[in-house]
Amino acid sequence: MFSNIEKLGGRTISVIEELGRLGHFLLTVVTSIFSRPFGWKELVKQIAFIGARSMPIILLSGLFTGMVLALQFYDVLARFGSVDLMGSAVGLSLIQELGPVMTALMVIARVGSSTCAEIAIMRNEQQFDALTCMAISPYRYVMVPRFLAAVISIPLLTAIFNVIGIIGGYIVGVFIKDLSGVAYMQTIIDTITWSDLRMSIVKSLIFAVIVIWIAMGKGFYVHLEKGVSGAEAVGRVTTKAVVASAITMLFADYIASSFLI
Amino acid sequence: MSDNQTQSKTAQEPSKDQVLIQVNQLDSAYGERKILKGIELSVKQGEILVIMGGSGSGKSTLLKNMLGLMQPTRGEIIIDKMNINTVDKQQMLKLRRTMGVAFQGGALLSSMSVGDNIKLPLRQHTDLDESTISIMTRLKLELMNLAGFEDLMPSELSGGMLKRAGLARAVIMDPKILFFDEPSAGLDPVTSVELDQLILELRKAMNMTIIVVTHELESAFTIADRIAVLYDGEIVKTGTVEEIKACDDERVANLINRKPREVQIDGEKYLSRLTEGAE
Repeated sequence: MFSNIEKLGGRTISVIEELGRLGHFLLTVVTSIFSRPFGWKELVKQIAFIGARSMPIILLSGLFTGMVLALQFYDVLARFGSVDLMGSAVGLSLIQELGPVMTALMVIARVGSSTCAEIAIMRNEQQFDALTCMAISPYRYVMVPRFLAAVISIPLLTAIFNVIGIIGGYIVGVFIKDLSGVAYMQTIIDTITWSDLRMSIVKSLIFAVIVIWIAMGKGFYVHLEKGVSGAEAVGRVTTKAVVASAITMLFADYIASSFLI
Repeated sequence: MSDNQTQSKTAQEPSKDQVLIQVNQLDSAYGERKILKGIELSVKQGEILVIMGGSGSGKSTLLKNMLGLMQPTRGEIIIDKMNINTVDKQQMLKLRRTMGVAFQGGALLSSMSVGDNIKLPLRQHTDLDESTISIMTRLKLELMNLAGFEDLMPSELSGGMLKRAGLARAVIMDPKILFFDEPSAGLDPVTSVELDQLILELRKAMNMTIIVVTHELESAFTIADRIAVLYDGEIVKTGTVEEIKACDDERVANLINRKPREVQIDGEKYLSRLTEGAE
């Protein structure tokens, strides 16, 4: 009985400790953005990695998501005799919700996991100690370019996801379900407002911060992982980073939606 | 402090104005586990000091403390008249630029080439143009016998090459003090001797103060001006190679003669430990 309470207490303390650590980490990364010299070259490299190289999976997942949405909405709207509204239904769903969430999930899978593993290995191989000893801040040199690259790339990827998703819906609606292409696009133009776009942008920015923060933070503190070390610790923190980013992102999605709708 | 240490300090302790690094009453711990206990150490300008000890003796922890990568629980470390535990961030950064560190595995950044790794401190801390930086990098690579390896990635180098590349990066800014963690660990005897020669050449050419952490006796005896022997987190003897070899302290003699530590087994305690929790 007491040992269970003890375990629960210990677990609670370690969760609070970790939150504090990750909070401090984020704060240090954000304040390091203003340190000089700025790593432009590394920023470009990271934008290429997070943004450009994520394009294929964003294009594919966006296309299929839009196509599936169109199929689903066609089925539902046909029951109410409102298939003409399919364009706005697909567009709104993508822009308000699925675009930011699906993009963030794809980036977690592709970038979050690899960033976490890369940073954890850098920690294990004393690369951060080496940077510190060379009077180079690991936050400024390693974390800031990744952080900014995510904040720049993820909203852009989300916008691309939204557009491709709408095209996917168009393909299903117009070529398979014989809807009018003009009507499909017109309902989207008529329905989507600036506040819908703002929601998409704000959500994608929040998700970008969450995804890259958790991936980098978990990797950076790999040496504090209890009971494991080396490759096993890298594997464990990477899994934890992916799960924690996905759950935190979905929780933040609910909070953001409740404020922005 | 042991008698031996006191005696040796009387004979070897450098005068105050020669001292570049001074460690006073240093305690260090990982959580509850105390690693270093009351370390007293001084290193004079231009000296090669080898910190020697068996596995788990606290060598790496002492090095981490001296590099400011770890905060001690007690005591102070003064490098070039600055207490690294209380000095402000800007002064610490300034001090770090006068120090070079060669890590055990090289610790090269895996995302960039060997050349870019070596150029990194120059690119970050100087306004030198790229062609000057390239010439300086090639010079250091030549010195380390790594000419032509500039464009390779760290993953394409062997263990010895990684160490030498790490050393090239550590000395690219011509530091006043060089720290070298386990130069010979995991290397074949020939490469190990080459690295020892390199350390001696560096001191001769650049008049560096060099602190080497190692458990390799041959290497320590070849390069050291003085050796500090660590045992269970305490310095049990500091002295010249001859003094260390002649030391009659059992802990030092055991290390020198590669004699395993004698484990006294308390039969009852041993049995109760084995049967603990069993029905």
